[in-house]
Amino acid sequence: MSDDSPVEERSTKEGASREPAARDEGFETPPSSAPQPAASEGGVSRRQLFGFLGAGAAGAVVGAAAGAGVAVAATGGTDASSAAASVYPFFGEHQAGIVTPAQDRLHFAAFDVAETLDRDGLIELLTEWTDAAARLSQGLEVAEGGAVGGSDYAPPADTGEALGLPASGLTITFGFGPGLFADAAGADRFGIATRRPALLEPLPRFQGDALVPEISGGDLCIQACADDPQVAVHAIRNLSRIAFGRASLRWSQLGFGRTSSTSTTQATPRNLFGFKDGTANVKAEETATVDEQIWVAASDEPAWLEGGSYLVARRIRMIIENWDRVQLGEQEMLVGRSKGEGAPLSGGTEFTEPDFEKTGATDAPLIDANAHVRLAHPSTNGGARMLRRGYNFVDGNDSLGRLDAGLFFLSFQRSPQQFIDVQRSLASDGLNEYLKHVGSAIFAVPGGVAEGEFVGQALFA
Amino acid sequence: MTRRVLAASAAVTVFALALTGCVAKADLASAIAVDITDDGCSVAAATAPAGAVTFALANNGTDVNEFEILADDQLRIVGEKENVTPGQEIDFTAQLEPGTYYTACKFQQVGAPIGLAEFTVTGEASAVSAGDKELSEQAVTEYLAYVRSQAAELLPLVEAFAAAYAAGDDETARSLFAATRVPYERIEPTAEAFGDLDPKIDFREVDAVADGLEWTGFHRIEKDLWAPVAGDLNSDGQDAFLDWAPSTAEERQAYADGLVADVTELHDLVTADDFTVSLDAISNGAIALLDEVASGKITGEEDWWSGTDLSDFAANVQGAGVAFGAVRALAESKGDEGTALATEIDEQFTALEAALAKYGSLESGFVDYATLTDADKKTLSDEVNALAEPLSQLTATVLGV
Repeated sequence: MSDDSPVEERSTKEGASREPAARDEGFETPPSSAPQPAASEGGVSRRQLFGFLGAGAAGAVVGAAAGAGVAVAATGGTDASSAAASVYPFFGEHQAGIVTPAQDRLHFAAFDVAETLDRDGLIELLTEWTDAAARLSQGLEVAEGGAVGGSDYAPPADTGEALGLPASGLTITFGFGPGLFADAAGADRFGIATRRPALLEPLPRFQGDALVPEISGGDLCIQACADDPQVAVHAIRNLSRIAFGRASLRWSQLGFGRTSSTSTTQATPRNLFGFKDGTANVKAEETATVDEQIWVAASDEPAWLEGGSYLVARRIRMIIENWDRVQLGEQEMLVGRSKGEGAPLSGGTEFTEPDFEKTGATDAPLIDANAHVRLAHPSTNGGARMLRRGYNFVDGNDSLGRLDAGLFFLSFQRSPQQFIDVQRSLASDGLNEYLKHVGSAIFAVPGGVAEGEFVGQALFA
Repeated sequence: MTRRVLAASAAVTVFALALTGCVAKADLASAIAVDITDDGCSVAAATAPAGAVTFALANNGTDVNEFEILADDQLRIVGEKENVTPGQEIDFTAQLEPGTYYTACKFQQVGAPIGLAEFTVTGEASAVSAGDKELSEQAVTEYLAYVRSQAAELLPLVEAFAAAYAAGDDETARSLFAATRVPYERIEPTAEAFGDLDPKIDFREVDAVADGLEWTGFHRIEKDLWAPVAGDLNSDGQDAFLDWAPSTAEERQAYADGLVADVTELHDLVTADDFTVSLDAISNGAIALLDEVASGKITGEEDWWSGTDLSDFAANVQGAGVAFGAVRALAESKGDEGTALATEIDEQFTALEAALAKYGSLESGFVDYATLTDADKKTLSDEVNALAEPLSQLTATVLGV
């Protein structure tokens, strides 16, 4: 190439939208049938905005969730094409990816911020992440013309593997770890130490912990869920790339199948023990319970976290080879539910409330004293519930030739204490013999983002 | 436009895209159709006014092709579009000054140009690029001088190192190894441009074996100097003694002579009067040096037996810094974006050099790479990524395309 005749070329195939079908609709209107929250007006604070729109915005989220659920249900519950067509709004009162009907695939990533990052740099990163996430979740490239529309002499802005794929229900959810507020030495790098939620502490030690520091903790997290794993990976990959020099990947986890339902329209999936998981999960439709158990309320501290939640992530290794040698009767006793239907052993069907008092012929409780369902039940834990959003994983195998398999547990709750109480209650869980908690992290998940804002903006106000 | 700017102004870019769309239509109307076939290269017009000349390429052949615009010597390539696949239609724009050119295609992207045809560009020379031209020439002059100085520095170092090795003075040879490689690692992309020289000088054993080449050069000597013991593995997981034995005195002499001969040839090539480098070769060289670090040094695979990876690492970074420095004024001449990019690259160079300085210096030597923990390596890797990302935008910014 000569140095005096710079050249340029542009593909005639514009890389404007990932989804060809969406192109005709224009970029101002994302390819979504879901209601869009109104844009923020200059001079109107987020709180005021939601004061005006509170009911409407909340309705939009639930409406979108229910709409997508109905689409799936109407086609028999498993129609992949209608699920792939889902588009969830990025902006709203709460971040998407929490009460959103749990998508089938996950890529979760935890980041450490760079030592040199300052407050302005962090705000810049969160702003760029927000802008990119808003586009990606609508099925667009990370930047206009990102994959193939740019200069021949520069690396493409978008990595390209999601070209031609629809939004696939992608949601991107951001969280802040304890380390963001004070680093290991206690330094307040971003001038936010005084704004740390008092409840945002590293989790206490639990029985069964075999934590590996390299896959635990993190200053920032991104949860990307989608019905197509390539779309979820594309999101994390591009967001990681944007962060180079400012935050680097500490650990990340793929999940290939959801283990929870977060909407009553979804069938209950199974975990790698082969049991239905998440039957009694908090569902989006239980709006009163969601408000009481999941969202940080205006009356809670700190104010900037209103509308947000606390996210607990646990990488739980399942020793499935041992589990698979357990007799069916014992498996069901350990869980407290039947393996086929998922009904409590006290009788009924899947959604029948377990009766922990009911005894059988031997006068022993039908649901064992150490059964998982009993120990995890709200009635055992002062009424505490969580919105679980975990995923099955298999990351190859270990050196002993066992599948490195398990449950990547994710739960959202109004207070981390809800998780702590349940996890302590599970100390005598008979399933523990087959479980090892190898990764652990906690994050404060800020409330929703209004257009023109960046995620967590209230923290820096 | 950089990715960050794009990402930060989604609303603006929506508008920009609409404008681009209009331009695309205008281009299409004035674009010169090029019918590419396996044995032909038919350009619909033989003349065009100076400025941005757009060719609408259509590969109607059976395999990948390449479109070239050659200078009037029919040798120097002033513009090319590679990888035009069968059935593909793609626009290609070249900034052409008045003069005589030749258009041609290159079937399967190898061999002689096919369908060579004269192409005349008419009109006035553009005045705006005069400043650019000056800066370009300055960058080339500067970097060329650097390459030559490093080659000149390299030669005596290699001679001394090779002599110690051939004489069996392993202690001296080991002490010279890292420092001898420094000038080479600084200009490695230039050496790599001479196809067969870099493999002879700098191939790692696993690459030589995989390519079926005789393994010679620095790393062959390195393995003799830091000889493996039974049970050691190569970087590809194979037994270190597989197809390898310590060199005999005769073999040592041959490897020593070979390295001196290859480095002498490199020196002669880059100091020849007709040797030059192009502008994008300089900026791409900076990028390539960082890639070298990210792919080879950060994993400790480069200097597998000596553990002197950090010295190579530092030399690569220095070489990248010089290459960047050569084109920096040009980048800054491209407006605010170019200035911002140069500033960011500067900052990241400083940060990376500071991270490296924790482990030593080129003057006093670096610690054995094996003593670094995974956490140490990740910190270095983060810094490399932080620099490599903005640096990867350099060529497009420098060329202004």
